[in-house]
Amino acid sequence: MSSENSTLVKLNNAGFKQNDKWLVEGVSLTVEKGKIVTLIGPNGSGKSTTAKIALGIYKNIEGSVEKYTNKVGYVPQKISIDWTLPLRVYDFMLLTENIKDEAIDEALTLTGVMHLKNKNLGNLSGGEFQRVLIARAISKKPELLVLDEPVQAVDYTGEIALYELIKRISDTLNCGILLISHDLHTVMTATDHVVCLNGHVCCSGSPMDVAKNNEYKTLFGEQASQILSVYEHKHDHVHSDKGEIKKN
Amino acid sequence: MFDDFFIRALFAGIGIAFVTGPLGCFVVWRRLSYFGDTLAHSALLGVTMAYTLDLNIAISVFLISSVIALILIQLQKKTNLPGDALLGLLAHSSLAVGLVVIGFLTFIRFDIMGLLFGDILAVTTDDLIIIWTGGALILLVLKLIWKPLFASTVNYELAEAEGLNPDRAKAIFTILMAAVIAISIKMVGLLLITGMLIIPAAMARNISDSPQKMVIFSIIAGLLSVVLGLYSSLEFNTSSGPSIIAASLILFILSLFKIKQSIKLKN
Repeated sequence: MSSENSTLVKLNNAGFKQNDKWLVEGVSLTVEKGKIVTLIGPNGSGKSTTAKIALGIYKNIEGSVEKYTNKVGYVPQKISIDWTLPLRVYDFMLLTENIKDEAIDEALTLTGVMHLKNKNLGNLSGGEFQRVLIARAISKKPELLVLDEPVQAVDYTGEIALYELIKRISDTLNCGILLISHDLHTVMTATDHVVCLNGHVCCSGSPMDVAKNNEYKTLFGEQASQILSVYEHKHDHVHSDKGEIKKN
Repeated sequence: MFDDFFIRALFAGIGIAFVTGPLGCFVVWRRLSYFGDTLAHSALLGVTMAYTLDLNIAISVFLISSVIALILIQLQKKTNLPGDALLGLLAHSSLAVGLVVIGFLTFIRFDIMGLLFGDILAVTTDDLIIIWTGGALILLVLKLIWKPLFASTVNYELAEAEGLNPDRAKAIFTILMAAVIAISIKMVGLLLITGMLIIPAAMARNISDSPQKMVIFSIIAGLLSVVLGLYSSLEFNTSSGPSIIAASLILFILSLFKIKQSIKLKN
């Protein structure tokens, strides 16, 4: 029962179809309190779609989503903000919830952008804006954090620090994190559970299980092999040029 | 005190400015100026319905505008036409139907100019009650939906993901738009209502760096426009609507100097 109670969001065989084309299908995963679940996969493999299914942004889905929390922090991969709005970093921090000033300052300090608090959002650089996005998501002290490529546009040293911060947040807030990343280093060090996607779930399990899986290696090739050394593997299916799945 | 038509008009205008200020900001932010126009044009049908069925004009306009908004939402779902084409279709056809119906109602004398451009002589004490109670209600509802509406204006997916129900806020906002048009039609006229929503908000955008400031400046600009516009309307015997909008245009032009200054400072 305790595992049931700690579940924050659960996808059962979930999928989403747009214009008669499956963006992703047959995804089952569970995010629990204090755990980090990472989605990996090539471009167009349905990582962001899976995150949006979990968040309830997509309504007409196959399968089902069970969500057990409303305290959600979301860092989307792409965000287009219309600059007809006069919006400072401070206003943006209060976007979806009224947060105390101390919590805002704390989050901005953690992500290293406290000095931008009164700057106009439109004048930030890509990396600065990304840090503000992360600060906004964590300042709410959410139970579920969904981070879609959270460190894009951030410089390399900042990247490592931010990933450490994410790990620390998961420990201190005891929140569940659904992380999308194509940085394999991070995936393998900080994650409890990895789901490897390519339009469907290719393989999933602990980082080491996934690393041993040959499907994972087919997707990520030499780079992954070098990081994780070579494992013996067998394909249970291959992908055609059109992305269709063929069983061996 | 309300015996004087000018005092009545002044109070009506002030009440309207308090409502069009914040709503106008959302019209600018959400790019809804043509949507506002469409609702305003359909208001003519509302006016004819008020005369034929002997209803209050504001209530009748509110009902018709809400129906047109619903039809628009349905058409957006069921056709492949772009949004602006649908807006144009509804705006002009409802205006045309309204004018045709007026042609049939030969037994009633219509002041078409007054309908199109506003008439300060037409504001009654009843209208004042509707403007102020209706206006207070609109502002109250807007305050209640502010968070989800504003969040989804900035980014729909963030609002949806973090549980704010932006679709409901959007639907309620549509009804508020119909309501603000209903209460301001007599004063500003149906051709110029969108101007009353947009121009003070646009002026406020030029001098604001936060959403709250923009709302406050937008209200102030609206109030100044009403007072300046109505006095000049009285002075020069011009229609109230154009006078108010022209006053707001002057404020907008003045606000452009402020932008120039801040750009110079940045460089």
